[in-house]
Amino acid sequence: MAEIARLLQRLGEGATAKIWRLGYAARFFVYILLHSGTALRRFRLTVREMYFAGVQSMIIILVSGLFVGMVLGLQGYDTLQRYGSSEALGILVALSLVRELGPVVAGLLFASRAGSAITAEIGLMKATEQIAAMEMMAVDPVARVVAPRFWAGVISMPLLAALFSAMGIFGGYLVGVQLIGVDEGAFWSQMQASVDVRNDILNGVIKSVVFGIAVTWIAVFEGYDAPPTAEGVSGATTRTVVTSSLAILALDFVLTALMFTGGSAK
Amino acid sequence: MKRSTIDIWVGAFVAAGFAGLLFLALKVGNLASFSTAQAYQLEAKFANIGGLKVRAPIKSAGVVVGRVSDVRFDNDSYEAIVTFNVDAQYKFPRDTSAKILTSGLLGEQYVGLEAGGDGQMLKDKDRLRLTQSAVVLENLISQFLFNKAAEGKDKDGK
Amino acid sequence: MAAAPIVEIDRVSFGYDASRPVLSDVSLRIAPGSVVGIMGQSGCGKTTLLRIVAGWLKAGAGTTRVLGEDLSGLDAGGIFALRRKMGMLFQFGALFTDMTVFDNVAFQMREHTDLPEELIADLVAMKLEAVGLRGAAQLMPSALSGGMARRVALARAVALDPQLMLYDEPFTGLDPISLGVIARLIRTLNDSLGQTSIVVSHDVEECFGIVDYVYFVSAGRIVAEGKPEEMRRSGAAFVRQFVRGETDGPIPFHYPAPEYAADLAQAGAGG
Repeated sequence: MAEIARLLQRLGEGATAKIWRLGYAARFFVYILLHSGTALRRFRLTVREMYFAGVQSMIIILVSGLFVGMVLGLQGYDTLQRYGSSEALGILVALSLVRELGPVVAGLLFASRAGSAITAEIGLMKATEQIAAMEMMAVDPVARVVAPRFWAGVISMPLLAALFSAMGIFGGYLVGVQLIGVDEGAFWSQMQASVDVRNDILNGVIKSVVFGIAVTWIAVFEGYDAPPTAEGVSGATTRTVVTSSLAILALDFVLTALMFTGGSAK
Repeated sequence: MKRSTIDIWVGAFVAAGFAGLLFLALKVGNLASFSTAQAYQLEAKFANIGGLKVRAPIKSAGVVVGRVSDVRFDNDSYEAIVTFNVDAQYKFPRDTSAKILTSGLLGEQYVGLEAGGDGQMLKDKDRLRLTQSAVVLENLISQFLFNKAAEGKDKDGK
Repeated sequence: MAAAPIVEIDRVSFGYDASRPVLSDVSLRIAPGSVVGIMGQSGCGKTTLLRIVAGWLKAGAGTTRVLGEDLSGLDAGGIFALRRKMGMLFQFGALFTDMTVFDNVAFQMREHTDLPEELIADLVAMKLEAVGLRGAAQLMPSALSGGMARRVALARAVALDPQLMLYDEPFTGLDPISLGVIARLIRTLNDSLGQTSIVVSHDVEECFGIVDYVYFVSAGRIVAEGKPEEMRRSGAAFVRQFVRGETDGPIPFHYPAPEYAADLAQAGAGG
């Protein structure tokens, strides 16, 4: 009996600890927004972080996008041609990528590559007292170190998702039209007729912006909050990747429900 | 890493990202359509709209000329009122008829406009007077069965 | 001493929780222009004291006045403004690893002033010259040895000529030559820039060589204070043990444990 009570108590403590941490993270988020003036006025700082977060993620995004698109082409053709609808391959590839796979997969890749790097960097700066040194020199480390990285992530994410989708459609075209032999005209024209800029593409962009905010927020928070030890930083980096991935998938569900099913309610 | 090199790479990255977005918008989507073009509103009443949804296309002679913007139920006449936006560059005569058609056999439904011969054109907020409802599959089947049964009785009766 | 003390700590206590106070009833006065040492064992509370002076930690009781301001009355902005007049040298330098030595030293100038780049370059050269590392300006911190990194950090800390300098264990882990260099730099910079310095350390020889006054901290209290020569001659048990590096005295050698004979007997009986 006492053991059950203790187990419940531990669960309760764990839950309250997580909720407390979420509140702390939310306050940190607001703090970043309020102190973003430096990151936006001295845009050089943000540009520099965009290089490390965005440009250096381009290779993995482009290659992954190409492969995902090619697989979509293969699998899509295999399923569609059973119903004699192989000409709808363009629609399948484009809508899958633009609405879902582009933002989500690009977000997951960004979280594991750039997100973990940001967490490790900020965590190490804290562990080697660089953050403390900055505070001692009367420079707000959140404004100087955290905010530029945050805005770099938010700006880079939609661009990376767009590149992913574009590469994927190209990959689907390569496999479907060039390799398998689906009619090129049908591929593009059916796609253009069915993909709507406002509903599909814009919604995809909105998704990637939301993911960018979530992933970068988690990455900078975990880095800033990491215990200043080796285990602390490595734990924070792992937490960033795991929490970001879960957040992306959960937000994807919420956003998809809001965006893509509301129309057919009538 | 010198500052200028970083700037060049980030600039290239942003340019590539925007190029990707542009590619998606123009080649993949149909930005060329009138998301931003001028449009005027027309209304039509139908006894049954079948599976017609908001944003379904309005086609005339097979070409998309507009989109359904609203679907309402009129409690007085117990009919459906469909509102749609037509591209401003296309003018239709006042006796144009609207039919709810299906694209393909099992495709989604759209509104087809057949131009009449009236000299005067429809204006913004006008209502189309001639409409034909959607074909409901169940009614079609029961009608077919009823006809078949009637035919059979006739034959037996002879 | 007619001038007001630069730092005035009066009956200050501090603890992360009430049952384990880190500092109890500590009072000290730092006269302007002097180099003052705060010495004691690891974990005695001297670094905590330094952080209270720097405004990082808020004392639980007592008053702390730094550069004429009462720290308890300052908000975050006020503390930031006060820190513009202070400089701190961290234990391992804490240089920004993603910038060159030059950019590190120029950091404060670029953040807090609008000076043109040519002027900043001259100032940086001047500061680096003072610590003897003007030739290393384009190196990255990872290419520097420990002693060099600490000298660059020193140049960075004094970049805007602060009135008060805080040194957190500046002598840790340095070879004898670098030790001598840092010690000499602390003293000469203090005198030539008209600063006041607080040096937290447990290196007796180097510290005594440069300080004007020294405080000994043990278990969160000030156990002794005075000029270095007085401390060398002091008969106080803790001071003697510390200054001479004796293994046993007021600070026991043995960690508290039950009687040795009883422990052995029990182990024998159990085995």
